[in-house]
Amino acid sequence: MISAATIERTAEALMAKAAIEIPEDYLTGLRACAETEKGELSAFVIQAMLENYDAAKEDRRAMCGDTGVPRWYVKYGNEARVEGGPVALEAALRRATATATHDVPLRPNRVHPLWRTDHDNNVGINAPEIDYAFHPDGEWIDLTTVHKGGLFGTDYRMLFPGDGIAGIKRFYLDALVAFGKRGLACQPAIVGVGLGGSKDACMVLGKQASCLRIVGSRNPDPKIAALELELKALGNSIGMGAMGFMGSSMVVDCNIEVGYCHTGGMPMSVHMFCLSSRRASARIHADGRVDYRTDPEWFTSYSRRATVEWDGAPRARAAE
Amino acid sequence: MSGLRKVHLSLPASTEDLRRLQLGDVVYLTGRVFTAREGVYKRAVEEGVALPASPAELGSANFHCSPAARIDDDGTRTIGAVTATASFRFAKWLDGWFALSKCNIIIGKGGMTSADYRSMFVPHAAIYLTTVGYGTGALLGRGIKNVVAAHWIEELGLAQGVWVMDVENFGPFLVESDLDGNSLFERENAKIEPRIAALYEGTKPPTLRRFGETDDRSDEVI
Repeated sequence: MISAATIERTAEALMAKAAIEIPEDYLTGLRACAETEKGELSAFVIQAMLENYDAAKEDRRAMCGDTGVPRWYVKYGNEARVEGGPVALEAALRRATATATHDVPLRPNRVHPLWRTDHDNNVGINAPEIDYAFHPDGEWIDLTTVHKGGLFGTDYRMLFPGDGIAGIKRFYLDALVAFGKRGLACQPAIVGVGLGGSKDACMVLGKQASCLRIVGSRNPDPKIAALELELKALGNSIGMGAMGFMGSSMVVDCNIEVGYCHTGGMPMSVHMFCLSSRRASARIHADGRVDYRTDPEWFTSYSRRATVEWDGAPRARAAE
Repeated sequence: MSGLRKVHLSLPASTEDLRRLQLGDVVYLTGRVFTAREGVYKRAVEEGVALPASPAELGSANFHCSPAARIDDDGTRTIGAVTATASFRFAKWLDGWFALSKCNIIIGKGGMTSADYRSMFVPHAAIYLTTVGYGTGALLGRGIKNVVAAHWIEELGLAQGVWVMDVENFGPFLVESDLDGNSLFERENAKIEPRIAALYEGTKPPTLRRFGETDDRSDEVI
């Protein structure tokens, strides 16, 4: 049995980690950008960001003043039991969100869309979002928090099979060029592309591809993996670097996730996770142990299953 | 190391100080800075509510920023990180705002158009500094030496209120507009444009268009 107190304590720690510590995979990716960046202004921006990550860790202060909109991804191992059930878990996550907003501090970004009411704690109607997934075995739960900025870098479009890969590339370029200018997308970014699903699922898949897969991971379908690399190279060939200045650092990595869709369509979404790619994960075991990590391990062979029955190897944990 | 020119500027900055700045200079500020964005602009410019303090008390540099900050029950104010929010959304209030606030430096994210600079900034001898990144929130947080005041927190919330800060070597920022109203971003866009045209060569528009791609609402999108 996992205690609600452990969940709340872990969630508070995750909120701070996400806001303060740039994940190692993103950092490695950005350093690779820094090595190849020829644009003087773009290179200066990346250098300043690298210094900023150090300052954030040293001072234990948020790396960016806009600390995004905190949200949660929860994955239950099939045998996991939480004290007080899912309602207690949700209460713990909402409390931790409010507490960490005050303690770190984070920016209280969440307001009512019409009345602009701000509770100054990032909690409100339908906020923070809590998404769930399940895994075939295990007595653990995985908690991941993502604090993504919310205004620029995302788009959705209903494409059709006739638009083909060329249509995918064009819409991808449209999103990058539109939001890359003046650096509205806060690139270099982890670009997530959602392909297929119903419209809402398409948005979710793209968002999760950008926020819940790490730099350097590849889709298990070799042809999709090749497309990921092709889109990454395409994005970096636009000529636009950090802040939209001339350069080559637009895309740290491109992650594509797919879902089966209506036979007549090919919906597509694009999302960009920014220079402050805030995510942090932890696994809480039944005995109360907590293992912190930066890879959410959200997408697995189980979550991507294509068949009616799950006949995969359930112990293959969080395979990429 | 970067060959960009570094400039340390004391606030308030004179017009002569600002005239020496060139697009792309890296700027660090020392002096007084305050935050104000759409909540404040709406209240002060549209609704005509008097500013919560005099221009001298607020300072001459307006930061488009909501800080990652808190106010404890005992009134202690803590600012962790600060970065800017995208400024183009605020252009419609700026002319009135310059007249009210007497600011001559706007700090924000991403700048505005050179048309905005020429119509609103140039007449008030004001320039625009863009934050870097975005954003170097922790580095900027380090530059804050004292949180002098927090106004309109009750009315607008922590994020939209007016935070007045004394800063030291507060930066880096880049000079995005000069006193003639030129824009660094637009200069860079022009350099990138020819390559973008080449990238799109041979691609065709999507089967289903959308309004926005045509502004004629009697048009069909198929």
